[in-house]
Amino acid sequence: MAIAVENVTKHFGDFAALEDVSVDVPDGSLTALLGPSGGGKSTLLRVIAGLELPDKGIVRIAGEDVTAHAPQKRDVGFVFQHYAAFKHLTVRDNVAFGLKIRKRGKAETRKTVDELLELVQLGGLADRYPDQLSGGQRQRMALARALAVQPRVLLLDEPFGALDVKVRADLRAWLLRLHDEWPVTTIIVTHDREEAMELASQIVVVRNGRVEQTGTPDELYDNPGTSFVAGFIGPVANFDGRLVRPHDLTVLDEAEPGTREALVRRVARVGFEVRVQLLLDSGDPVEVLLTRREADALEIEENDIVHVRSERSFDLPVDEAIAAGEEVAVPEPA
Amino acid sequence: MPERLSRISLRSVALFYLLAILFIPVGLVFFRAFEPGLAAFWTAVSSPDAQHALWLTFICTIVAVPLNTIFGIAAALYVVRGKGPGRKALDAIIDIPFAISPVVVGLALVLVYGENGWFGSSLVSSGFQVIFALPGMILATTFVCLPFVAREVIPTLRELGDEQEQAAQTLGANSWQTFWRITLPSIKWALGYGIVLTTARAIGEFGAVAVVSGHIVGQTDTATLYVANQFENFNLPVAYAVSVVLATAALFVIFSMTLLQRRQERSIKEES
Repeated sequence: MAIAVENVTKHFGDFAALEDVSVDVPDGSLTALLGPSGGGKSTLLRVIAGLELPDKGIVRIAGEDVTAHAPQKRDVGFVFQHYAAFKHLTVRDNVAFGLKIRKRGKAETRKTVDELLELVQLGGLADRYPDQLSGGQRQRMALARALAVQPRVLLLDEPFGALDVKVRADLRAWLLRLHDEWPVTTIIVTHDREEAMELASQIVVVRNGRVEQTGTPDELYDNPGTSFVAGFIGPVANFDGRLVRPHDLTVLDEAEPGTREALVRRVARVGFEVRVQLLLDSGDPVEVLLTRREADALEIEENDIVHVRSERSFDLPVDEAIAAGEEVAVPEPA
Repeated sequence: MPERLSRISLRSVALFYLLAILFIPVGLVFFRAFEPGLAAFWTAVSSPDAQHALWLTFICTIVAVPLNTIFGIAAALYVVRGKGPGRKALDAIIDIPFAISPVVVGLALVLVYGENGWFGSSLVSSGFQVIFALPGMILATTFVCLPFVAREVIPTLRELGDEQEQAAQTLGANSWQTFWRITLPSIKWALGYGIVLTTARAIGEFGAVAVVSGHIVGQTDTATLYVANQFENFNLPVAYAVSVVLATAALFVIFSMTLLQRRQERSIKEES
């Protein structure tokens, strides 16, 4: 394990930010800490970096117990949500900072910095100041700065949280390529489930200071261990008191064994998917996700009577999962 | 039209105010100082007593300013970044020299360090005189201009936040390196302004120094005390002349800061 967090507890006054948290991060992996804001995921990252000291528990990096080590001694690269750019230094000097602290030779420093600036596509902006860069450029600079000292692990704290949607998507794709080229063990903190699922090979869902579940994106999506994970990691619906994914509901023209009758209340075509709001014969509403092709084959229209069957359901409490899904929609405070 | 009128009247009020309480009085001092001619001015400021007084002011300033710069930075760092107890208390205590009249400060120092003071007697018996001597004057000057650096630096440090410092730490910088390479460059303009205000205040200090110095002409008179002395003795041309030297020194300090700031702003503009 590149990083092992063992039974870490951290309180801020009366507030339990982390409560007996254990996480293993495999060597070279890209792991996401996912969860609602205020859930403790950033605190966990800062404990790994040494920026916070845990009240209890152990942090190991590459097998070595670093719990008592200062951040300077941990050999980690840390990227902050708001970039933490050194405003009085040029892009080049920002990236060179760690190398200068380590007293590397001038020629070597220059070579490393030039290579990194190419890697993060800032080669032409080396002599600018951070104020003259866009948010996305600043964050790429911050990544280059963190990578310059060849850290054992790279820790990213909501790195794309302050950027707009388009830049986020670009940077995500770019980060994946970077990780392929330079497979340093990486932990990324995010509250965005799409970001976590697209980037990470392992997701740790953190909530209320505890680890809710750890697994690959598919494991969490298909076999959520708690109703919170079910609702936070993907869309959920209440079908006749059972917890289902809306695309696991099949809509048919004719009644079959196991189907329920429903009235089509609304059909919304959103790009390639079609969201259909149904009213079951019991009087409960449910939303179904169909592909465009499925919807066209059914010729589904409002006020049609259809028959619905669930292909798969989770054996978990429904209301909590739906509440968790709503938590996803709450915008992150800036 | 009414908007323009109000703008003009606002400007006139501000200008009139400045004229009445700043430019005319200070200008008159300059005028009176040079009225008897340059030679008389030179004689007035080059007399041994005047030279000694100016020298003492210089000494008090040159000691008080670095002391308060170091203390101000340390206090600001503790108030904003520190984790220990007493941060809020320190934040409030720093302002005491602003609140207390300098004369009271002088009296307090006499009570502590004077011949009959707390540990003044032991100091005097060991041959180290504080009150009615240079150490007391330096102490008084340092006391009255203590808050400026800390007051300028504290809000800048707060606004700066500690993310840049944390980033430097994760990149391997120890506390000392973080301070010199990240914190200090980030607060340098606030610090510069704090130093300028400290200097100007130190040059102009009167009340506290008047009490602790004993006012001995040619021995413990700083420039401000010397001016007051000459004024009381109706030796007005000398009082004006030395005043001009004091005022010029203070103005020079403030203008040099303004120039530096302008250059900084220009360099930022050119970069962008």
